[in-house]
Amino acid sequence: MNAYMPYVLCMILFSIGIYAILSKRNIIKIILGVVIAEYAVNLFLVLVAYKVGGRSAIFSETQVILPESMVDPLPHALVLTSIVIGLATTAFLIALAIRLYGKYGTFDITRMRELRG
Amino acid sequence: MIELYVLLGLMIAGAIIAIEVRNLLSAVVAVGIVGLALSIIFLLLKAPDVALTQIVVEIVAVILLIRATLHREIAQKSCGTRPFGAFMGILFLGLAVVAAIVTFSSGLSPFGEPLMTVSRFYPLNAIAGTGATNVVSSIILDYRAYDTLGEATVLFTAVIGVLTVMRSVGKKKEEDLQENHE
Repeated sequence: MNAYMPYVLCMILFSIGIYAILSKRNIIKIILGVVIAEYAVNLFLVLVAYKVGGRSAIFSETQVILPESMVDPLPHALVLTSIVIGLATTAFLIALAIRLYGKYGTFDITRMRELRG
Repeated sequence: MIELYVLLGLMIAGAIIAIEVRNLLSAVVAVGIVGLALSIIFLLLKAPDVALTQIVVEIVAVILLIRATLHREIAQKSCGTRPFGAFMGILFLGLAVVAAIVTFSSGLSPFGEPLMTVSRFYPLNAIAGTGATNVVSSIILDYRAYDTLGEATVLFTAVIGVLTVMRSVGKKKEEDLQENHE
C-alpha cells in the first residue's frame, strides 16, 4: 500500500475541495473549494508521470541524456494547458461573485433565492 | 521522497485551514500556501515548466481573490455550513474513497513506475522530429498544438466573459445616457 500513498494523499486533498463545494454557504469558500480540487487533479496527473530516479524531459548539448531515463512528458504538457484554463475559470467565478455581491449585498448563497429584476 | 510527503501534508493542512477559518482574507492566504507548496512539489517531481506556470497562476489567482474580499467589511463575516450538503458530501466522499482504493490496488501502476506505452514516442523522436530540446515544449507547440490553440480560445472566451459580467453600465443604457447628455 505504501506505493500508492501519494495518490491517497492527493485523493484526500480532492475530497477537501469537494466537501467545501458541497457544504459551505459562503460563495468565496465555494470558489476556494473549486481551486483546491483543481490543484489536486493537476497534482494527480503529474504524480502519475513520475519515474523513480528520472530526469526532467530536457535534452542537453554538453551531456548525454538517454530518452529512457526521462519522466513521462505527456501529462506535463497537458497539465500546463489545464492550469491556464483553471486560472481562466477561477477569474470568471470571481467576477460572478463580485457581481452577485453588488446585487444582493451578501456572499451567502442561501440569501440569493429571490430573483429581483 | 520524504519531502514529498511533508509537502503533501502541508498542502492538506493549508486546505483544511482555508476551508474552516472564519476570516475570508486568511482563507485566501491559506490557499496561496497550498498553491506554492504545489509548485515546489512539481519541481521535486521533475516538472520545471509546470512549476513555473503554477507559480505565476497562483500569484494571479491570489491577487484576484484578494480583490474580491479586501476593501469591504465582509472579510470578518462568516456564513455557516449547509448541514444537508455536508452530510451528503461526507457520505459520497466515503464511497468515492473506497472506490478509489479498490481501483488503485487493481488498475493503477504504483507510484514511480509510469505506464509509458503512448508517450514513449515523444522523448525518442522529439529532437529528430521537431528540433526542440525541451520535450514538453515540443509537445505543446508541435505535436499537440491544437490543444494550445484550444487553450488560447478558452482563455479569451473567459476574458470576454469577465469583461461582460464586470461592466457596470449596459450598452443600451450607455446610448440612452449619451442621448440625454446631448
